[in-house]
Amino acid sequence: MKKIRKTSYKNFLIYGFVILAYAVLRLLDGTVGISASLKGQLVPICAYVVMAVSLNLTVGVLGELSLGHAGFMSVGAFTGVVACMSLEAIIPLVPLRMAVSMIIGALCAGAAGVLVGIPVLRLRGDYLAIVTLAFGEIIKNIINCLYVGTDARGLHVSFLTNSDALNLGENGRVIIDGPMGISGITKVSDFTTGVVLILVTLFIVLNLVNSRSGRAIMALRDNRIAAESVGIPVTKYKLMAFVVSAALAGAAGTLYAMNYSTIVASKFNFNTSILILVFVVLGGLGNIWGSIIAAAVLTIIPELLRQFNDYRMLVYAVVLILVMLATNNPALRNLLRRVVGRVSPSKIAKEEPSDGQI
Amino acid sequence: MTFLSYLIGGISLGSVYAIIALGYTMVYGISKMLNFAHGDVIMVGAYVCFFATFRWNLPPAVGVLLAIAMCTILGVIIERLAYKPLRAVASLAVLITAIGVSYFLQNAAQLLWTSNPKVFTSVVGDAAIKLFGGQLSVSVITIVTIAACIVIMIALTWFTGNTKIGKAMRACSEDKGAAQLMGISVNFTISVTFAVGSALAAVAGVLLCSAYPTLMPTTGAMPGIKAFTAAVFGGIGSIPGAMLGGILLGVIEIFGKAYISTQLSDAIVFAVLIIVLLVKPTGLLGKPVNEKV
Repeated sequence: MKKIRKTSYKNFLIYGFVILAYAVLRLLDGTVGISASLKGQLVPICAYVVMAVSLNLTVGVLGELSLGHAGFMSVGAFTGVVACMSLEAIIPLVPLRMAVSMIIGALCAGAAGVLVGIPVLRLRGDYLAIVTLAFGEIIKNIINCLYVGTDARGLHVSFLTNSDALNLGENGRVIIDGPMGISGITKVSDFTTGVVLILVTLFIVLNLVNSRSGRAIMALRDNRIAAESVGIPVTKYKLMAFVVSAALAGAAGTLYAMNYSTIVASKFNFNTSILILVFVVLGGLGNIWGSIIAAAVLTIIPELLRQFNDYRMLVYAVVLILVMLATNNPALRNLLRRVVGRVSPSKIAKEEPSDGQI
Repeated sequence: MTFLSYLIGGISLGSVYAIIALGYTMVYGISKMLNFAHGDVIMVGAYVCFFATFRWNLPPAVGVLLAIAMCTILGVIIERLAYKPLRAVASLAVLITAIGVSYFLQNAAQLLWTSNPKVFTSVVGDAAIKLFGGQLSVSVITIVTIAACIVIMIALTWFTGNTKIGKAMRACSEDKGAAQLMGISVNFTISVTFAVGSALAAVAGVLLCSAYPTLMPTTGAMPGIKAFTAAVFGGIGSIPGAMLGGILLGVIEIFGKAYISTQLSDAIVFAVLIIVLLVKPTGLLGKPVNEKV
């Protein structure tokens, strides 16, 4: 029998962890019950985990700073919800409709990824970061001016006008109402859907990273010119990482949007992009474990800090600064290295936020 | 005539962006970090001026000076506590710390001064000058903003080119190790850069709130992002670039609002930015960087 490789073993550990966390939470919910605030956070946590893992593909694996990841989430959220609402009559089975909507959301976000990905190839470092930031703002602006409705004749789209310009027939209804966003969404996302999406994301990202393409992408990160000189096509692999990352963010956006009854474009702003980037950097660049844990812990922390009321975001900011200072402090790192053996920065990052909860 | 009034409005808004962008660019030039907390220093400056002039009834000039002093101190403290320990590590870690500082300032402002918008009255009054027989009306604050921007630009060019500390700044942004070997105190130079950048942010805050009179804890966030865009637009690290980028951004924004669509004006600004970066990948006045293996 073929021996299981070390990387596959490591990967199975991650899948196992996610499934275990799911089982434990389900069990707790069934027996002792979990607090309402945590329960309400379950789907957003799943969406943020997918966002963090996918952004890690761009920032950690490809090595390009992206400040507009929420833009792709937004594209996925709006196209996914529109798809879900218009397919209501065609696909009555909810899980199937949800899956189809997520795929549509992912495809549209992936297409947006190609559009943004082309300039990506010409720019480096901070100039690229600003283009992704600009893209996120443009998407937000465009969706704010977009009106989409549906009736018996199909989808109607109008831009920069108002919902009356859609000329809807009888029984028609407005789906996207410009700056008001989408309202009256039937909440079909649940924790199970979220965990399935996390597992699919992990499967795609881990397999990509451990493949020939993944090694090519990491070679580009470490030294683009050297990688190019040994015959790695830069355009192809950069675009591949970028588009996969965007498409996964789109699916996460659909999941996220279907958890709320109303969704507006301004929710997916610069601050959301930054929030995801914080998850990735605190979790450790290129570290999938780190992204999952940082996304989950940092989404729960503000909830746990509710007792501090007004001070909670202030405490959150202080914790964030202290964690960054502590994890990058050479003296502390050496000390930990001596105590625990080899400690990666991501491991310290995981431990620190939990100290901040007390 | 309306065209001219839009153009003046655009240059005025652009001047504010330019002053903020100068702070971004100087800090970036010397420490190669994107200081995301810069936008929130603007907000702090505006609040200090607001309380000095409208609560304690100090003369506007004193209020502005007080805002400049407070922001300078704030900038130096932020650099010492949050950024200096991270100078040797990867720039992404510093970026996240800067975001932390930005959250901190916003939330501290919200606790201290609540999130209710304050109505900021212009520090120079709301008089206007009529030109061309009353066809064109230009408010005094517009003129003051443009003048302040020109004065700051000239002063900074002179400062970085002729003074000892200015030359030290340029040396540090070129090569910190070599500068230290030449006897330049790198820590002191970086502190001075942060001080100057934050003082500029205070000026920008007062000018911004004099022209757009709502003051909230999040007031600095969007102008901060726009100014950051302006700095990159002009070529980050370059002082004339930040100036040019800021003014162009302001003019495009106002023209976009006036002639194309109010809702889409931000999208237009950012779309122009992307197109410019596609043609000139290092910004309008940025130096091309040669890459080596």
